[in-house]
Amino acid sequence: MSNPYLPLEAEVVERIEETPTIFTLRLRFTDPQAHEAYSFDPGQFNMLYLHGVGEVPISIVSDPQDEHMYAHTIRAVGRVTRGLAKVKVGDRIGVRGPYGRGWPLAEAEGRDVIVATGGLGCAPVVSVINYVMKRRERFRRMSILQGVKHAADLIWQERYREWAAKPNTQVLLAADQGGQQWPFQQGNITVLFEKAEFDPQNTIAMLCGPEGMMRAVIGLLLSKGMPECAIWLSMERNMQCGLGHCGHCQVGGNFVCKDGPVFCYAEVKELLGVPGF
Amino acid sequence: MPDYLPRDQFQRLLDALVAEGYQLLGPQLREGALQFAPVHAVDDFPKGVREAQAPGQYRLHHDAGERLFAWATGPQGLKPLLFAPREVLWRAEKDEAGHLQFRESLPEPPPTAVIGVRACDLAAATIQDQLFLARPKADPYYRARRAALFLVGVDCAQPADTCFCASTGDGPTCDHGYDIAMSELADGFLLRGSSERGEKVLQSLALAAADDGQRAEAEGQQRRAVEMQQRALVGRNLRETLFERLQHPRWDAVAARCLSCGNCTAVCPTCFCHKEGDDADLGGGESARVREWDSCFTEGHSYIHGIVVRGERKFRYRQWLSHKLGSWHDQFGRSGCVGCGRCITWCPVGIDITEEANAICAGENA
Repeated sequence: MSNPYLPLEAEVVERIEETPTIFTLRLRFTDPQAHEAYSFDPGQFNMLYLHGVGEVPISIVSDPQDEHMYAHTIRAVGRVTRGLAKVKVGDRIGVRGPYGRGWPLAEAEGRDVIVATGGLGCAPVVSVINYVMKRRERFRRMSILQGVKHAADLIWQERYREWAAKPNTQVLLAADQGGQQWPFQQGNITVLFEKAEFDPQNTIAMLCGPEGMMRAVIGLLLSKGMPECAIWLSMERNMQCGLGHCGHCQVGGNFVCKDGPVFCYAEVKELLGVPGF
Repeated sequence: MPDYLPRDQFQRLLDALVAEGYQLLGPQLREGALQFAPVHAVDDFPKGVREAQAPGQYRLHHDAGERLFAWATGPQGLKPLLFAPREVLWRAEKDEAGHLQFRESLPEPPPTAVIGVRACDLAAATIQDQLFLARPKADPYYRARRAALFLVGVDCAQPADTCFCASTGDGPTCDHGYDIAMSELADGFLLRGSSERGEKVLQSLALAAADDGQRAEAEGQQRRAVEMQQRALVGRNLRETLFERLQHPRWDAVAARCLSCGNCTAVCPTCFCHKEGDDADLGGGESARVREWDSCFTEGHSYIHGIVVRGERKFRYRQWLSHKLGSWHDQFGRSGCVGCGRCITWCPVGIDITEEANAICAGENA
């Protein structure tokens, strides 16, 4: 039986500088058989290991049907991610995964889709947006809502423009502090919902961002009549093993690493927003 | 029907286990406490040792005559033998070209018989099995150690004052999880097997069946061992009540006494949290991935890039108790407490889990 703790060697095929602190690594397993056997769902994550430094859980941003490589968008915030920021094309790292439950994409087919994110580019849902865009005919209306604190925090402006140009697709952006050059809405993400077009009875919403922001959006969606299990969110907790063994990611009875990180609201509402959980 | 082994023949059991290829671990006095350590002969066992346990107290004294198992629980049961306090998971070697090679570092424990395992610790091992052996991502380190152990349980005839296994349903009599279980009587032992390999060892001893008087003596002992227990939890499933009462003032009261030291999680036979880290050699060529026991009472346990989910002590104690007696039911279908009482004994300020849980859940299931 294989050892689920043991990483495989992966090679950095491409490194993209998104902002001075955010970068994307495109990776391939060096063992061709392992690469071929690897598959994931949008919303799942890998554990990335930097030699001698440590391991971190990072969500996968690429398309699941890209056979050539898979990609991670990473913000350099901690010891390991700052180290990963320095790796170059051709360098080797360790990767194990994928872990967790991803987004309910099969369930979203034939329905309106809302993707609402707060904070930075929110990599866990970029994979969902790209997934829907590539298979546009399988879904109904698509609303992409993104709230940022400062206008300068918005990465991937170009992608938002491309998405906005697609049929049946709305892109709504808001910044708490937009400034004079900011072409979009001023204020909190919730103001964007006035313009979002969706049928509350036939929509799947996928949320990612700070828990306060997600709770505000959930309250709003519920008030519009969306059922609790049509609202999905990606949770974040300390994760060290990814296997449901190490205990750090528990929120009540849920292990975020294996029961999540994507949960429907009904599964987590008991403790969502309760300080200390 | 149990077999009877006269006290002066106890060595025969040890010899039979050795003949089957097992190394022996038994209770030994180490640093003032009873711990599992290598044993060879009956003389190695803690004859006559009895213990006095109370909140924040553990003392041993010699007044139990010929008995070898007149004590209840040392600070550790089986946990460190199965889930190592610190171990290397794998090593990563980086060559001059920058290529990485990962080598797993699986333990290769010799077949080992542990003699004198309590019912609470057998139950705790079954609970840890649920976590570490769950497929498809079973833990190969735990699995290797588990497969190497042969467990000889012993029914508790002398529970400590801190014990409450009768209330959790996990003791004082061994009812599952052992290969052989013993009941220690005044003049000898009743032995019963529950696995094929356990039965095989018993057969090799060719003992006579216990008589009615001996069986009655054992039953009486076990009945008294239940009656002796003064502590009890107010119910076996406190999940709903605890989560309804997350704002109960008792959480603040217990946090004012709790030192957040993590002793309770270290001695708890079911606590499984562990952290991982890297031990890199100075040359930078090889790095070992190491895991060691962690505790939800540390600040680092709930850290996510700049945020500590449980910065306050109140939140840490509440996390531990609401998990152990509450959300454990969601995860594993039972409470995570086996009533061993170690967290009470080894708490430096003597916080008593039964007192805290019962105060918070008062009025429920009473």
